[in-house]
Amino acid sequence: MSRISKKFENLRSESKTVLISYITAGDPSISDSLSIMNTLVDSGTDIIELGVPFSDPMADGPTIQKACERALKNNVSCSDIFNLVKNFRIKDDKTPVVLMGYLNPIERMGYDLFAKSASKAGVDAVLVVDLPHEEAEEVVAVFKSYNLESIFLVAPNTKVDRIKKISKYASGFLYYVSLKGVTGAASLDIEKTSKQLKIIKKEINLPLAVGFGIKDADTAKTLSKDADGIVIGSAIVNIIEREQNNKIKVNNDIINLMRPIRLKLDDELTAGNRS
Amino acid sequence: MKNSQNKNLNDFNLSSYGYPDKNGHYGIFGGTFVAETLIEPLTDLRKTYHLLKKDPEFLKELYDEYENYVGRPTPLYFAERLTKKINGANIFLKREDLCHTGAHKINNTIGQAILAKKMGKTRIIAETGAGQHGVASATVAARLGMECVVFMGEQDIYRQSQNVYRMKLLGAEVVPVTSGSKTLKDALNEALRDWVTNVDNTFYIIGTVAGPSPYPELVRDFQAIIGREVIDQMNDIDKKVDALVACVGGGSNAIGLFYPFIDGESKMYGVEAAGDGLETEKHSAPLNKGKVGVLHGNRTYLLEDENGQIIETHSISAGLDYPGVGPEHALLKDLGRVQYKSATDEEALEAFHEISKVEGIIPALETSHAVAYAIKLAKLMKKGENIVINLSGRGDKDLNTVAKIEGIEI
Repeated sequence: MSRISKKFENLRSESKTVLISYITAGDPSISDSLSIMNTLVDSGTDIIELGVPFSDPMADGPTIQKACERALKNNVSCSDIFNLVKNFRIKDDKTPVVLMGYLNPIERMGYDLFAKSASKAGVDAVLVVDLPHEEAEEVVAVFKSYNLESIFLVAPNTKVDRIKKISKYASGFLYYVSLKGVTGAASLDIEKTSKQLKIIKKEINLPLAVGFGIKDADTAKTLSKDADGIVIGSAIVNIIEREQNNKIKVNNDIINLMRPIRLKLDDELTAGNRS
Repeated sequence: MKNSQNKNLNDFNLSSYGYPDKNGHYGIFGGTFVAETLIEPLTDLRKTYHLLKKDPEFLKELYDEYENYVGRPTPLYFAERLTKKINGANIFLKREDLCHTGAHKINNTIGQAILAKKMGKTRIIAETGAGQHGVASATVAARLGMECVVFMGEQDIYRQSQNVYRMKLLGAEVVPVTSGSKTLKDALNEALRDWVTNVDNTFYIIGTVAGPSPYPELVRDFQAIIGREVIDQMNDIDKKVDALVACVGGGSNAIGLFYPFIDGESKMYGVEAAGDGLETEKHSAPLNKGKVGVLHGNRTYLLEDENGQIIETHSISAGLDYPGVGPEHALLKDLGRVQYKSATDEEALEAFHEISKVEGIIPALETSHAVAYAIKLAKLMKKGENIVINLSGRGDKDLNTVAKIEGIEI
């Protein structure tokens, strides 16, 4: 069983929600990313999503665009990111790592070399934001041959028969984009999202994670009733942006953001409210 | 014109060609590389467009606008003095600069705006580099009573301040884009972000034959009126078209001229911006110097670094300053059907002055690249052979840029 499946299964057996945290790799530097990854795990993160910086991140909001710009100022490359994961794996063999990025840097490196290097470094899955399943056949096959899972997005306007098709290509988990908009957007309709999650859940056999616009423990808690995983991204990246010159403060603020989310998620569940 | 009643957008026998395929691919190029939220609106757009392009009512409305609002057909003008001076092939100018708003861009924006209206959208967004597409979008939005927001790189706002003012006069909101290189590619990113967010009431008018499917196809179809008119106009004077020349940024004016000729025997030349020179790093010539990659929803030739990051491009003309190119051009390059040449900033400027003085036509700096190459080409061709240049836009918008280079303050 893959690290990701194991993680979802273990937490499900404890009636817990999987907490997924996103940072952009190399923001503001590769060594900072390593210490932030460790901090995230220490403060309750179950899966780490590492953004592969791209010059033109068209599905992301200003927060992650700026994170990409900071990382690219240091010329962070895919090889640097593989080294980062390799170093992370020295101490942590349990936390799944998902790479999330755009197709062009992967295509430039070559699907095979990218997948081989990622797998060797200890990456578990890849989410290519601008790769709908129609264009994904070749890439997914290459990823699979190196035991990398392929995470796919589902959006609020994705129709049911399309969700079924997507879930045929997807492995690991399915990522529901909770709003029409870019990452970090403000207006998340919790009620509507919960309703959508229920509908999707019925159509798929994979664990379902939800992200985009989740910034606090209360929202995370409410959505966790209908999702197997919660993704926190821009809220963490905002801290990195704000405190980029103060490593200690970055890590402390991330703990202060993530701990309450973890506690709230677990508290809710141990209180027996999970249906 | 003999065939001006011919109103089917698809009335050309392109049996040996037939791109794009049903998934929007041009060979290995094109496609739909977007985040999931855009799949549904793109699918909608593709379906609606494929229905409407055979709908006589839609075509009637479109051709009425072409005739009465855009000012079509545009003249095909024999550049007699330039031809004589060069002493080579005959040079004809397809006068797209005489379209309403001063460039070919409106052929496409009027088509997409009618499409938007038919789809019940009330808000139009557009990206712009030189400002011509922004102006053409703001114009048709005003014409059809729709809200219009134009995204424009901060750098371009500075270079093209006059067009910014024009858009505002037309009632559009111009949003400065400060991310990345602050030019056209970043404006495109920003427009896509807006579209993802406001997809329910908003129609995104892409200005060139790039972007995710079906944009390269529908922009081409709306621009192909250029080449169709040239066929009729050359037939009317019993001349054979030996060569076609057009500048290529994203490539909409070039594909508009070339597409109806693809199955024929005319030679075709697309001219990219070589900036300071193809041997330098300061140019905008992905077909000459780029690698195959994926950007802005399609696979095509791109200017990128060794890590697949898109690099900043350079051209004297904001409209050519783009690191990618339409996927159909990428295919036509690989098929060898079109030859892609280039002209430097300096050559474009020289041609700008030459044609202004010799023909009394001040071309856009983008267009000047095509003129520069065509002058070279005409010298290599036989007397009596015919070249058609797409005179895609007028140069009024560039007067500040040219004057500044020459140390003149206006």
